[in-house]
Amino acid sequence: MSSSSLDVNTATARGREPARESSPPPAGAAEVVHLEHAAVRLGARTIWHDVSLDVRAGEFVAVLGPNGSGKSTLLKALLGLLPLSEGRASVLGRPVHRGNRAVGYLPQRRVFDADVRIRGRDLVRLGLDGARWGVPVPLLRTLLGHGDAVREERRRVDEVIAIVGASDYANRPIGEISGGEQQRLLIAQALVTRPRLLLLDEPLEGLDLPSQQIVSNIIRRVSKEEGITTLLVAHDVNPLLPYLDEVIYVARGQVLIGTPQEVITTETLSRVYGPRVEVLHTSDGRVLVVGPEEEGVSYHA
Amino acid sequence: MLDSGFSWNLVADAQDMLRFPFMQHALLAGTIVALVAGLVGYFMVLRGESFAGHTLANVGFAGAAGAVLVGVAPVAGLLVTGVLAALGIAALGGRGAGDAQGGGRTDIAIGTLLALALGLGLLFERLASVQAGGVYAVLFGLVLAVTNQDIVTIAATAAVTLVVVTLIGRPLLFASLDPDVAAARGVPVRLLTYVFLIVLAFAVAEAVQVVGVLLIFALLVTPAATALQLTARPARALALSAALAVAVTWLGLAVAYYTPYPAGFFITTFAFAAYLLARAWRLLARRGVRPARRRPSWHTAGETARQGVTPA
Repeated sequence: MSSSSLDVNTATARGREPARESSPPPAGAAEVVHLEHAAVRLGARTIWHDVSLDVRAGEFVAVLGPNGSGKSTLLKALLGLLPLSEGRASVLGRPVHRGNRAVGYLPQRRVFDADVRIRGRDLVRLGLDGARWGVPVPLLRTLLGHGDAVREERRRVDEVIAIVGASDYANRPIGEISGGEQQRLLIAQALVTRPRLLLLDEPLEGLDLPSQQIVSNIIRRVSKEEGITTLLVAHDVNPLLPYLDEVIYVARGQVLIGTPQEVITTETLSRVYGPRVEVLHTSDGRVLVVGPEEEGVSYHA
Repeated sequence: MLDSGFSWNLVADAQDMLRFPFMQHALLAGTIVALVAGLVGYFMVLRGESFAGHTLANVGFAGAAGAVLVGVAPVAGLLVTGVLAALGIAALGGRGAGDAQGGGRTDIAIGTLLALALGLGLLFERLASVQAGGVYAVLFGLVLAVTNQDIVTIAATAAVTLVVVTLIGRPLLFASLDPDVAAARGVPVRLLTYVFLIVLAFAVAEAVQVVGVLLIFALLVTPAATALQLTARPARALALSAALAVAVTWLGLAVAYYTPYPAGFFITTFAFAAYLLARAWRLLARRGVRPARRRPSWHTAGETARQGVTPA
């Protein structure tokens, strides 16, 4: 195992020694995500601490770990929705701040009830202009002389809906379409500002198998074609394994980053979890992490 | 009491009706209030905050009775207690759409506030020895007794409400439907919860003066719910909700003028009828025109996504 390129950012593992950067970026490569000795505290509980990592431009990264370990917290910290209690975080070379249009976000799955009477298209559009003060009446803006901007926004919304293949049902109320169709429109919403970083929180959770396939194809295609750096929180790493550049593993207040081959090993995960964790490889190339039930490790990968 | 009964000459009827200052006042106040309630009601329904609206109205009952007790105008009591209650509800975690888990508990907290408000209202009413008619007016509205002074108050609060709604409309829509993404996009979701509940308190205080505490949903909920049955486009739904609220108010006042029965009854009945028609229309529309739902098949899934079309 090449633990040299791994970063085990824990006080226990390293004492007071400062954590090293994960594999230092080659000269010129932009770090899209940069965390330095970062920690997040919610109330009295420290979710994770002393986390230093870098994600370079264009990388496709899975964020893994047991339930409640702080995977969503990591995304929220990068969005500026949760303040760091220690350390620094920057995105695209600037300190994190809310409302960054260069960051697209898909929160943990939200289901729109059948009685939510708003078109999928309107939700996508809110991703573009929803933070702007005023009323959602395009006619008014046209009359006020912003006709060009209105047309341009409409064009962008159409375009992004076509990218996720949702043109057929974008005009139907969001509550009336299937979960997979809703998710495609929500991905369109995350993409509508042409982000350079996508933060996706369990985008496949709760979808039926065909929808999972479609949605994961869309995510991979878009992030590749448009060169969007993507951090994707996942429950099961196997469907993504062939496409991942790196894996971020969050567990027990610690965060590891490295290639899947480096991180998802008995040796590495044992350093986080203790000696009872084992990584198994099945004959068809799937990996399975087996661990103590009470840690909730056995579910995944 | 009526000079002339209803004729089928509607122009003459309208002229007849509008000869009386009390009808002019009622129509003017009713129009302003319905416009505000229709617009604010759209957001209230979308946010699932009907119970908060109901509570604000009942708190208004205590406020109006309390105002009489200390000798100020009931509408001042309505506004002050309404805003205080709005802040209280927001602090308890004022429920927005997509907040299903927290919703139940908030509802219970609002419910306790509601009960307290009604109890206080009862006490104030007894202490102020308000004659039964006063209480009746607050509960069921007394639109035909609206004065010039009332109209000035209603117009002023309506203007404030409309300006605020116009300013916060789009981010409010975003925060109501999709609070997590809205927050990430920089929308002050929590602040908007407070601002909207205060706006709602204003709208309620205005509407109470026309339809009263108990019938308030006829203007706040029913037109918005009707509009949402008919269109899923926010701009159209907003306009339709306001138009419906104004229409049922006019109709209700006109019919009440020609009959011995109260306007509140007709306003609520017409609003409900519109809602039923809208539901029926949607049911028919769905049965009749819409093609069977098509789903992309497993095999063509990747292709489907790439081309952005669903295979026929």
